[in-house]
Amino acid sequence: MRFAPHSFSGPVDDLAGQAGHADHPPRVGFFTDTSVCIGCKACEVACKEWNDVPADGFNLLGMSMDNTGMLGADTWRHVAFIEQPRRLGHQDAGLADLPVGPSSTSYASAIVADQMRQTERGGAELGTSAWAPEPSGAGAPPDEQGAARMDFRWLMMSDVCKHCTHAGCLDVCPTGALFRTEFGTVVVQQDICNGCGYCVSGCPFGVIDRREHDGRAQKCTLCYDRLRDGLEPACAKACPTDSIQFGQLDELHTRARARVEQLHEAGVPEARLYGDDPDDGVGGMSAFFLLLDEPPVYGLPNDPVVPTRDLGRMWRVAGVAAAALVTAAVSAFVEARPR
Amino acid sequence: MGSNMAEAHPVGFQWVVEAKNRGARVVHVDPRFTRTSALADMHVPIRAGSDIALLGGVVNYILEHDKAFLDYVVCYTNASCVIREEYADAEDQDGIFRGYHAETGTYDSSSWRYEKEDQADLEPSLESREHAAGDRYGSCGPNIDAEGIVRDPTLQHPRCVYQILRRHYGRYTPEMVERTCGIPRTQFLQLCEWWTGASGRERTSAVVYAVGWTQHTVGAQYIRTATIIQLLLGNIGRPGGGIMAMRGHASIQGSTDIPTLYNLLPGYLPMPTEITGKDLRTYLGSIKSEKHKGFWYLADTYMVSFLKEYWGAAATPENDFCFDYLPRINWDHGTYQTVMDIIDGKVFGYFLLGQNPAVGSAHGRLQRLGMANLDWLVVRDLAMIESATFWKDSPEVATGEIVTEKCRTEVFFFPAAAHTEKEGTFTQTQRMLQWRERAVGPRGDQRSDLWFFYHLGRLAKQRLAGSTDERDLPIRDLAWDYQVVGDDPQAADVLRHISGQDLTTGRLLDGYLDLKADGSTACGCWIYSGVYAGGVNQAARRKPRFEQDDYALEWGWVWPYNRRILYNRASADPEGRPWSERKACVWWDEERGQWTGYDVPDFEKTKPPSYRPGSDTLGPAALAGDDPFVMQADGKGWLFAPAGMADGPLPTHYEPHESPVANPLYAQQVNPTTKVYGRRDNPSNPSPPEAHVDVFPFVLTAARLTEHHTAGGMSRTLPYLSELQPGLTVEVSPELARLRELEHLGWAHVVTSRAAVEARVIVTDRMKPLRVQGRVVHQIWLPYHWGAAGLTTGDVVNDLFGVALDPNVLIQESKAATCDIQPGRRPQGAALLEYLADYRTRAEITPATGTQTATAPGFPHIHHVEGR
Repeated sequence: MRFAPHSFSGPVDDLAGQAGHADHPPRVGFFTDTSVCIGCKACEVACKEWNDVPADGFNLLGMSMDNTGMLGADTWRHVAFIEQPRRLGHQDAGLADLPVGPSSTSYASAIVADQMRQTERGGAELGTSAWAPEPSGAGAPPDEQGAARMDFRWLMMSDVCKHCTHAGCLDVCPTGALFRTEFGTVVVQQDICNGCGYCVSGCPFGVIDRREHDGRAQKCTLCYDRLRDGLEPACAKACPTDSIQFGQLDELHTRARARVEQLHEAGVPEARLYGDDPDDGVGGMSAFFLLLDEPPVYGLPNDPVVPTRDLGRMWRVAGVAAAALVTAAVSAFVEARPR
Repeated sequence: MGSNMAEAHPVGFQWVVEAKNRGARVVHVDPRFTRTSALADMHVPIRAGSDIALLGGVVNYILEHDKAFLDYVVCYTNASCVIREEYADAEDQDGIFRGYHAETGTYDSSSWRYEKEDQADLEPSLESREHAAGDRYGSCGPNIDAEGIVRDPTLQHPRCVYQILRRHYGRYTPEMVERTCGIPRTQFLQLCEWWTGASGRERTSAVVYAVGWTQHTVGAQYIRTATIIQLLLGNIGRPGGGIMAMRGHASIQGSTDIPTLYNLLPGYLPMPTEITGKDLRTYLGSIKSEKHKGFWYLADTYMVSFLKEYWGAAATPENDFCFDYLPRINWDHGTYQTVMDIIDGKVFGYFLLGQNPAVGSAHGRLQRLGMANLDWLVVRDLAMIESATFWKDSPEVATGEIVTEKCRTEVFFFPAAAHTEKEGTFTQTQRMLQWRERAVGPRGDQRSDLWFFYHLGRLAKQRLAGSTDERDLPIRDLAWDYQVVGDDPQAADVLRHISGQDLTTGRLLDGYLDLKADGSTACGCWIYSGVYAGGVNQAARRKPRFEQDDYALEWGWVWPYNRRILYNRASADPEGRPWSERKACVWWDEERGQWTGYDVPDFEKTKPPSYRPGSDTLGPAALAGDDPFVMQADGKGWLFAPAGMADGPLPTHYEPHESPVANPLYAQQVNPTTKVYGRRDNPSNPSPPEAHVDVFPFVLTAARLTEHHTAGGMSRTLPYLSELQPGLTVEVSPELARLRELEHLGWAHVVTSRAAVEARVIVTDRMKPLRVQGRVVHQIWLPYHWGAAGLTTGDVVNDLFGVALDPNVLIQESKAATCDIQPGRRPQGAALLEYLADYRTRAEITPATGTQTATAPGFPHIHHVEGR
């Protein structure tokens, strides 16, 4: 095993190599194309089946068709559903000339947001609420007065651990339970995790979480066991419309860019990629997305930053300060030498 | 239309997504904006139960704007056929065709026939003398005499089908569509432009439907309307065209091909009736006429081979191949009539296999009260479902109508093996048989249905071995000669028997053309013949699509003869050349003198396009070289059905059995041949012209969620699925929420004259009110998966629906009804009965309500009420 110099931010050419894997396969990941997601949740079920993740309660959340809520120890795939009074590309939502009143989306989402806050989910709530309640009229029942709703679209998106290039969870793990695999993914070793929970606050997406009754950290492994057997992860295998695509990260990036172009040409200018940029706050993600709206709409942070990004700079600043102190102290002694 | 494919058939929907990515336009017509709509180019909201008005509007658009693919229409459909002078259209009689008998609520279809060169006088048709059910025909279609039909290829004759169509749909204008369906005119025209624009020589369009079309009192005619459009546009028998039925379960297609229906034998051979079952000759005569064209002419070979498969050596020419062992239908034995017969004390025992009628059938309350009146009930299922536990946990226990201690029904529960625990085939909607292996053995006492019925038959045969009682002979003489390993009957051997063999040589058959009528061949289902050709399980072929062309002929096996596209002769022009290179499928190879192409030609291989039958030819030989619809008695696609439909030769808009509005097109409100059951235990909500329609002012429809499976036996028992949809909800629009003061996630209850069902409210923009005939109509939707058992429980939504059936196929109308909705939970216990009684009193509901099927002037207005 050889040790490469470690970096806390920016692009990394050979991620697995940097982690000490000599002959390693190419970096793999997920490209989740939300424009073809049909919200069937097969990914959620396949993930739980394969990884033996327990069911986590029968809670009717009323968050559109989403009764899962957010990623957590017992939810490694989460399909978000977003109802919006907006148009999707050239789609005709069939509202023109109907006897309709104002939209109910902000009313319903405010009620749901309230409910969610009261629900014991046992997980971090860092930006994973799929609802971004609009301030206007939030919580008030829809009234007759507002403008008639003209448009509608229904976005769906299957969220998952991003397997960041610079993974906050991994960098803060004191036991070495979290490690970088030869595929460039990030996995928790259950037999080593001591349940300290540093990783939970280390994740800028609120993905990793400790399991109730057990305390150990849990998250998507990108089906490490399946990868080692040459199989694609369970969620991607189960996805009927290829919304979740698994493959070598380079190839997925190429495919994703082509898809964005295709959608732009088809009149969906809001299509954009999220997590494909190695210069972002986490150095790019192994699981990246094609979104049709701003990231917070899907419960994703706009500009995720790994908490350890500034570790090097901080140490340098601290070092300079320490050196200055030492210099001052020494010079004080020098200057204080009795004549 | 009538299908929420992304939610109910997500795996199949991948191909819709792929087509869309390649440039196809997807239009979703549905009362709700669903997960299918989310990916469609256009969502067309529609009032549940008004689809024929919409589709009739499309027919009208095609004809008025000359959008029909005329070369195809003239040659391949019956557009040019002239109909008898006696025929009177629904347009002439305010919604009723000629031949209607109000007393029986049935049609005599004889005036709908083709005009013949040697015209005979009108004779009442056979089916009119008995119970007029289209289900009697099997798939052989009605038996019509194809010789000497008068045609006008210029389509100008006032009585030719094309002109009759023009007149029939003349009033189905965009304005009428808007008034009837609530679909704004501009959107309707957009739909028409897209549909017709993507049809013709270079392009084809496909229609997908599911139970949103079939579960109506005029459901069979919904599909007929789609047929008319697709034939007019040349979208049948061509790649990318067609009308696809999404089936309700894996292999529901298989269970109609080799049916679990009372009125059909395998391969759509009709079950004999009292009249047709006099003897084998009479029976065959009812399937094919002396001058029959097409492959049904060979029905004697199909039937005799089938009888040989059932009764083996016992079936001889001398005893009509044991034809008399088959039961004769003398009455409606459909599932709903049977339940009423149980209630009335006429049926004592009941088998339920993979079915949970206490939750999954319309009028669940009727189902449960029926089951509580049985001597014995056998339930085979994966889990302890409500139909096995109704005696202790049904809603009727709470209301005091079923007293557990007094319930007389003895329930035998047999744990069933899951699909992963047994091998066999699934037949999907494209008629493709796919073999699957057993992954693990069944645990404990779980056994496959094949195991259960094999041993049940074996034991019954053992008991009756020495019997000479005539009624025991059909069981005693059964061949029942399936290969058994250990105590396991081999599914592959059953498939071999279905495929058929030559009894003299033992050779496995290549297909149904090998069948003989002399008893020298045996075949369990003629259309499946060849699935074991060459001793190879063709259904188990799994050559990846990357190693073969787009038609993937070596993946699975498609009946008949592995043809992927039915009637694909129509993909070529009358001269046998593809209509276009883009849409080439099969074509005539002049040099080699045979049909060839990407698919297996659905046509006699060496019959040239120029072939014209002589006047004395019969059966397949009577089909001309340009008669692509080889199973039809005249070789043509039927725009107009000169026989065979119980409710008219052309689809006509009728309101659902329960509707908040009057039929805007005719004084005839509903399908005049609707099978109604005017009984105290089956009340109907009033509809125009009856009074008190306002007591149940909203439209009710129900359907499935992706996360659950039908009656819930396979999903409410599983935590991973139950947590995804943990409770019963009711979806309403923001507008209805305001009207009835319903709160998001609060409780509400939906009320009909049968039941009140409580659910949590989902207020969503996905539901939208419509403007119908100048008034606002609200629609309410619920998923129907819940019952008293399982990890998550809830009220039974199917309790809300009553029993009113399509006369052709006896399917219930459970996709459109009327209802009320109120905030808060429903009354519990016995108070619920009072609450419902109060609703019925307010609406003045009696058993006669909704049973007057004829409302057009000039017909006796009779209430079809059963004796009380």
